[in-house]
Amino acid sequence: MSTSGTQAADAVEHEAHGGHHPTPTEYVRIALILAVLTALEVSTYYFDFGRAGIPLLIILMVIKFIMVAGSFMHLRYDTKLFGRFMYTGLGFAIVLYTATLLIFVVDANQ
Amino acid sequence: MTAVAHSTTMGLDNRKLGMWVFLASEFLFFGAFMSAYLLYIDTTNRGPGIEIFDIPFTSVSSFVLLMSSLTMVLAHNSHLRGDMRRMRLWVLATAGQGMVFLGGQVYEFTVFFREGLDLTQSPFASSFYFLAGFHGAHVAIGVLLLLGLYSLSLTGKIKPGQDVKTEIIGLYWHFVDIIWVILFTVVYLIPELRV
Repeated sequence: MSTSGTQAADAVEHEAHGGHHPTPTEYVRIALILAVLTALEVSTYYFDFGRAGIPLLIILMVIKFIMVAGSFMHLRYDTKLFGRFMYTGLGFAIVLYTATLLIFVVDANQ
Repeated sequence: MTAVAHSTTMGLDNRKLGMWVFLASEFLFFGAFMSAYLLYIDTTNRGPGIEIFDIPFTSVSSFVLLMSSLTMVLAHNSHLRGDMRRMRLWVLATAGQGMVFLGGQVYEFTVFFREGLDLTQSPFASSFYFLAGFHGAHVAIGVLLLLGLYSLSLTGKIKPGQDVKTEIIGLYWHFVDIIWVILFTVVYLIPELRV
């Protein structure tokens, strides 16, 4: 391979990044928010949130997912195509789970 | 002969595009294992079930893995700025946190095994070990990639302008973290609330 080919690609990628990424301070701020959200998740083990417990955990999980994917994986700053790949894969996984669950439920009812 | 890395016709780096396609397919792997786990969660064959989980312990290791995403993104940021010394430091910190997480998982599995939850004990046990173990294997591969990145940078084979290499390994690492965000909630926390 042409080393120059790789270097050219690196240069294109490096250029494409230019200044769109958060600063280290912003990254630390995002991590602190993630830490607080995790603490809130763990608190559901110690405190009784009643019927709100499971929805709360799911909401916190989705927020953490979006924060890591958006900021740390740069989906907010990169081309939308990468995000489409990510969410298509996730969508297929959810469809797979739902289909499997339905098969088991239907099978159990027969 | 080696492959030529170049930008795609869309102006995107094909290595980065390849990593995103790979990560999208990985969701299906984890989706399948997670489906199996949720379907068999109550099939314990009178053996240990979810009450065996040590939530405070797993919370600490979850926190460590979450913070490793911060050090990973700081490594990439340092590489972008051409600060290779600091980049190596953050890469090493990320690998270290990954190893702490893996150590925690080995300890957890050992405790579970001693308490009677072996791989073939029940569908619950099998699906749990496969799901958590599959994720652990991903963390182990991530640690090896990080150590490889550290070595190549130390020997000068990865240079300041080649930050896409750190970014690709970072994408993999963040994916492993994101999967754990889901697993920690779905495997450990939500079932505890059902009890």
